[in-house]
Amino acid sequence: MTTPLLEIKNLHAEVDGNEILNGVNLTINAGEVHSIMGPNGSGKSTLAQVLAGKDDYDVTEGQVLYKGKDLLDLDPNERACEGLFLAFQYPVEIPGVSSMQFLKAAVNAKREYHGLEELDGVELLRLFQEKAKVVNVNMEMVKRNVNEGFSGGEKKRFEIFQMAVLDSEMAILDETDSGLDIDALRIVSEGVNNMRDGKRGFLVITHYQRLLNHIVPDVVHVLVDGQIVKSGGIEVATELEEQGYAGWAEIETTTAS
Amino acid sequence: MTTTEEVAKLTHEKRDYKYGFVTDVDQEFAPPGLSEDIVRFISDKKGEPEWLLEWRLKSLRHWQTMETPSWEFLPYGYEEPDYQAISYYAAPKEKPKSLDELDPAILETYNKLGIPLAEQKVLAGIEGAAASAADARGMGGVAVDAVFDSVSVATTFQDELAKHGIVFCPISEAVQSHPELVKKYLGSVVPYSDNFYATLNSAVFSDGSFVYIPKGVRCPMELSTYFRINASNTGQFERTLIVADEGSYVSYLEGCTAPMRDENQLHAAVVELVAHKDAQIKYSTIQNWYPGDETGKGGIFNFVTKRGLCEGDHSHISWTQVETGSAVTWKYPSCILKGDHSKGEFYSVALTNLRQQADTGTKMVHIGKNTTSHIISKGISAGEGHNTYRGLVQMNKGAANAKNFTQCDSILIGDKCGAHTFPYIDVRNPSASAEHEASTTKIAEDQLFYCTARGIEEEDAVSLLVNGFCKEVFNELPMEFAVEANKLLAVSLEGSVG
Amino acid sequence: MTETTIDKPTDAYADTYANAFAAVVAHAEGNGTAPLNALRQAAFDDFARLGIPTTRHEDWRYTNLRKLANTAFTRPQTGAEVTADDIAPFMIAGLDAHLIVFVDGYYREDLSQIDEHPEGTAIGSIAEAYQKGCTGIGDYLGKQVDTANDALGALNTALMEDGVAVYLKAGKKIDKPVHVLSIATAHSNSAMTHPRNLIVAGEGAEATVIEHYVSLGGENYFNNTVTELFAADHAVVHHYMLEREAESATNISTLAIHQGERSDVHSHTVLLGGELVRNNVRPVMAGKDAHCLINGLFVGHGAQTLDNAMRVEHAAPNCRSRQFYKGIMNDQSHGVFTGRIIVQEDGQQTDAIQSNRNMLLSDDARMNARPQLEIYADDVRCTHGATTGQVDPEAVFYFRARGLPEDVARAMLIYAFAAEGFDRMQLVPVRALLADEMIAKLPMANKLSAEFNEEIKERLYRI
Repeated sequence: MTTPLLEIKNLHAEVDGNEILNGVNLTINAGEVHSIMGPNGSGKSTLAQVLAGKDDYDVTEGQVLYKGKDLLDLDPNERACEGLFLAFQYPVEIPGVSSMQFLKAAVNAKREYHGLEELDGVELLRLFQEKAKVVNVNMEMVKRNVNEGFSGGEKKRFEIFQMAVLDSEMAILDETDSGLDIDALRIVSEGVNNMRDGKRGFLVITHYQRLLNHIVPDVVHVLVDGQIVKSGGIEVATELEEQGYAGWAEIETTTAS
Repeated sequence: MTTTEEVAKLTHEKRDYKYGFVTDVDQEFAPPGLSEDIVRFISDKKGEPEWLLEWRLKSLRHWQTMETPSWEFLPYGYEEPDYQAISYYAAPKEKPKSLDELDPAILETYNKLGIPLAEQKVLAGIEGAAASAADARGMGGVAVDAVFDSVSVATTFQDELAKHGIVFCPISEAVQSHPELVKKYLGSVVPYSDNFYATLNSAVFSDGSFVYIPKGVRCPMELSTYFRINASNTGQFERTLIVADEGSYVSYLEGCTAPMRDENQLHAAVVELVAHKDAQIKYSTIQNWYPGDETGKGGIFNFVTKRGLCEGDHSHISWTQVETGSAVTWKYPSCILKGDHSKGEFYSVALTNLRQQADTGTKMVHIGKNTTSHIISKGISAGEGHNTYRGLVQMNKGAANAKNFTQCDSILIGDKCGAHTFPYIDVRNPSASAEHEASTTKIAEDQLFYCTARGIEEEDAVSLLVNGFCKEVFNELPMEFAVEANKLLAVSLEGSVG
Repeated sequence: MTETTIDKPTDAYADTYANAFAAVVAHAEGNGTAPLNALRQAAFDDFARLGIPTTRHEDWRYTNLRKLANTAFTRPQTGAEVTADDIAPFMIAGLDAHLIVFVDGYYREDLSQIDEHPEGTAIGSIAEAYQKGCTGIGDYLGKQVDTANDALGALNTALMEDGVAVYLKAGKKIDKPVHVLSIATAHSNSAMTHPRNLIVAGEGAEATVIEHYVSLGGENYFNNTVTELFAADHAVVHHYMLEREAESATNISTLAIHQGERSDVHSHTVLLGGELVRNNVRPVMAGKDAHCLINGLFVGHGAQTLDNAMRVEHAAPNCRSRQFYKGIMNDQSHGVFTGRIIVQEDGQQTDAIQSNRNMLLSDDARMNARPQLEIYADDVRCTHGATTGQVDPEAVFYFRARGLPEDVARAMLIYAFAAEGFDRMQLVPVRALLADEMIAKLPMANKLSAEFNEEIKERLYRI
C-alpha cells in the first residue's frame, strides 16, 4: 500500500491552555477529497492552522505525517515548499506588496527548496497566465497589492490561484465558501475541480453542505468539540444539512458515555 | 436659519443648573489660608495619628516648592486661585452619630439632589432591584457615602457590607478603624509629590471614601460617593482610596454638584485605586459641578488626580466618566498596568458648553507583559466651550505584546467652540502595538435633517444624535447612571430643564 | 506628561552664537547682504531671549538639544576645497536638473550648473541676488518665520548668509527640478551653517526643488536650515528634503510654507542620515481651496534621533491637507512624530487627514507619536491615526504559508511598508537613490538575494 498523503493521528492542540483539538484522526490518500464539517467552535479552523504551522497553537499530543514525514517538525514555509497549501479563511491584506512580486518570491522559494533554477520574469508570467486559465481568474488581480482592497470573493479566488501557481499537492481549504455568493462559489469550485487530477489531496473545511454540491468529496467527516464523531460518504453531509449539528453533538455524548 | 444656527442659538441660551441652590447649615470653618498650622488644625480635627500629620506636612512643604502647571490647553486661561484666601476646612457643626441624627437640612439637600440617604428605601432596591429603579435618580441598590464640603456626613449600608468583610467608610474613619490599610496604600499610587494639585490635596485633604474589598469577594452592591460643595470660599479636597484584594470585584460611582456662585471654587481631589491579582475595579463618575455662567463667570475648578494601579496579574481597572460640569477641568484618570495580562480601560464623555474649558483624558502606562488598554473618548464642544483630549499611552521596555487601542472622537456644535486632541504615544517595546484613531467633525446636518423631517424637534434631535455619539461610553455605565447621564447631557446641551 | 530631565543650557553657547552673529554682520557688507542686518539683529535679540529650547519645551519634549548648548560651534570662514569629482557621488542618477552647490554654506558657482530656464524665472544664490541688486527678496524673506517664538528659526535668521533663491513670475514654469546640494565637509571642526532658502512661485507658476544634504567626511557639525516657500494662487510647488548626512551631524530644517488660493504644495521628506535630526514642515493654507501633501519617511538605526514636527494650518475655507509619515526604527534609534493640524476660525469646510505609522525593529528602539488636532471651526472633517508596532505577525505567517522563509517575509514587509512613502514621490530617480540607500541601511537587505533586492528596488522605484 502506498504511503498516505496526510495522516493525522490522535492530534491534540490547545491555545492559552484551552484544548481545542481533542484527538483528531484522519487519513487522506493521494487523489482523495475529504471534507470536514462541523459547528462553529468545533475546531475546524484550528485544525487547518495547526497543519499550516501557526505557532499560536500548542500541539500537546499526537502526530501528523505528510508523505510519511513528520509535518509538525517543519517550519510553515518548509511545509509550503513540500506542497502543503492552506487557503486561508481570512486572507490578510498586505499593502505595499504587489501580488506579482509576492507570487514570484513564493514560486522561487519553492524551486530553491527543491534545488531547481529560479524562474525568470518571462517564465513566471507564462506560468501565471496558464494557471489563471485553469482556475478562472483575471490576471489584473496579480497587478494589485496582495489582497488589498479585494472583495471577499476576490480574496478567495486569489487563494485558489495561488494554490494552482504553487502546484500544491495537499490543499486545505478553510471555509473557502464563507461569504461567497453563488456565482463566486461556482467559480472557486470550478477552480478546485480543475485541479483534481487523481494525485492531489484536498481537505475542504466548511460549515455548510452547499459547497459540497460543487466540490463533491470522497469522504465527509463531522468534527464536534475537537473530535471527528462521524465519517462517511456524501450522504453524511446531506443528513447534516437536514438535521443540523445538534444531533451530532448528542451522538457524541451518547457514544462517549 | 440653518440647522446649525438653530443649534448654536439653542446652546447659547442660558441653561438652568438645577443643583445650584445653597443649603443653610451651621458650619464650622478653618480660617482662610494655608500654613502648617492649618494642616495641623485639620489633622487635629480628625484626631489623626502622628504619621499622617507628618505625611501632610511633608506634602505641604513640597507643595510650597512647586509651580502651578501651565501645560494645560485652556484658551481662555483662568484666574489662579488665591490659595491663601481659601478655607481648607468646612464642616457642619453637628456631627451626626447616625443617619437618624443627620441635620434635616443636609438630608433635604441630598433628597433635592436625588440621593436617598435613607437605607430602608434603598434596601428595597437590593431585594428587588428593578423595583427601586423608579427611585429618584434611580439610586436604588447603592451604598452611598455623602461628602458635604470637607466631611463625610453619612454612609449607608455599612453594616450590610461589613457582613462580606467589605469596608466602606469615610477615609477619616478608616484612619482610625483600619490604620494598617490606610498607611499601606495611601499615596502608593499617587505619591505625595506627584503634581501640584495632588500634593496640595495630600497636605489638606479633608475627607472622602475608603473601600476595601477582601479576597475573592464580589461586592454585592454599587458603592457610591456623592460630593457636594456647599460653603463659599472653600475648596473641596477629598481623597478616595479603593483597594480590591485578590479576585475581588467592585463597582464604584461618584457624583458631584455645587451651588451657583459668582466666584470660582477649587476642587482638587485625589483618587487612588489598587487592584490586586485577578481583581476588578469599575469606577464611574458623573461630574456635574457648577460650570459657571455663559460669560465664564463662576464655576468650579476641577483639578483632579485619579490613578489606578493594576498591581496583580490579570487585574482590571476601568474608568468611565461623564464630565459635563465645572468651569475648568483638568483630569486624567489613569492606569498603571503593572501586572502581566492586566487591563486598563477609559471611557469618557466630556461636554463643554458656555465658556467651559476641559483638558481631560487618560494615561495608560504598560509595564507588564500582555497588558492591554482601551480608550474611548467622546468630546462634545458647544457654545464657546473648549474641549481637549490629552492622553498618554506608554509601552515600557518590558511590556512585551502589550496592546492599546484608542478611539477619540469630537463633535462641534456651533462655530464659537473648539475641539482639540493631544495624544502622546510612547512605544519602547517592538512587540507592543499602539493604535490611535481620532476624528473631529461637526454634528451631521444630514442626520439632523433626517430627524427633523420625521417630526423630531430640533433640540431633541441634537440630543438624540449626541446620545448616539456617546453610546459606547454610556454602555459602560451602570444602567441607572446611564439613564442619568443621558438626561444630564440633554440638559447641559440644550438649556432646557430636564 | 512624564517628567523629563531638564538640561540647564550652559552659558558657553551665548558666546558661541554671539561671536558668530558678529562675524556674519561684519561679513555682510562683503557679500551684499547688509540690507538683511536689521532682520538679523531683531532675530538675534529674539534668540538671545529664547535660548536653546530644552526638553521642558513642549515642542522639544523628546529631542534634547544639549549639544547645541554645550558645543563651541563656529562659523566656517570659507568653504572647503571641493572638486567636481568629489561631489560626483552625490549626483542623482537619471535626474536632469538644475544643480546648485553649497559647500559649508558657501555658494559654489563653479560646481553648480544652472541650465537655461524661462524668462521671468530666476535660480541662484540669495547673496548673489543681493549683489546683483535684486532686493525684492526682502519682500519675502523672514515673512513666514515666527522668530519671536521659534528659537531655531530665529537663530537661522540671525546667522543666515546664503542659500538658494528660486523665483517664478506668474504663469511661469521651471520644467526641470532644481537640485540644491548642500555639502558639509571636515574642513572646519564643529562647524555650523545656517542656510536660508527662498522659493517664490507667482500665480499659477510651477516648480520642483530638491534640498539634498550630504557630508564629505564632516564630523560633529550643526546645520540649521530654513526654507521659506511662497506658493501664490494656483501655484504648484513640489519640494523634496533628503537628509543623507554623516551620522554625527545635527540637522535642523524648517520648511515654512505660505499657500494662496487653489495652490498645491507637495512636501516629501526622507530622513536617513544625521545623528540628531529635526524636520519641521509648516504649511499655512491662507487662500481658499488650497491643497497640501506632506509625505515623509524616516529610517533610523544606531543611536539616531529622527524628530519630525508637522504643523499644518488651515486658515482659509475649503482647504485640503494630507499627511502621511512613516517611521522604521532599528537598533537604539529614537523616532518622533508630532503632527498638529490647526483649523482656524476661517477654516470652514476643512478636510484634513493625517496618518503616522511606525515600525519598531529592535528591543531598544523607541517611538514617540503625537498626532494632534486643534480646531476652532465647526464645519470640518479632520481625522488622524497613529500606529506603532512590529511587522504584522499575521502577514508574516501568510508569507510563510506560501513557502517564504521568515526573514525574507519580514524584509519584504518592511520594504513594502517603506515603499508606500516612495510611491507618492513623482521623481523616479529620487526614489531610486533613496531606495538604494534605505536597503543598504536596513540590515535585512542581505537576507534577500541580489535579484530579489533588484525586484524590491523596482517596486520602490515603480518604474
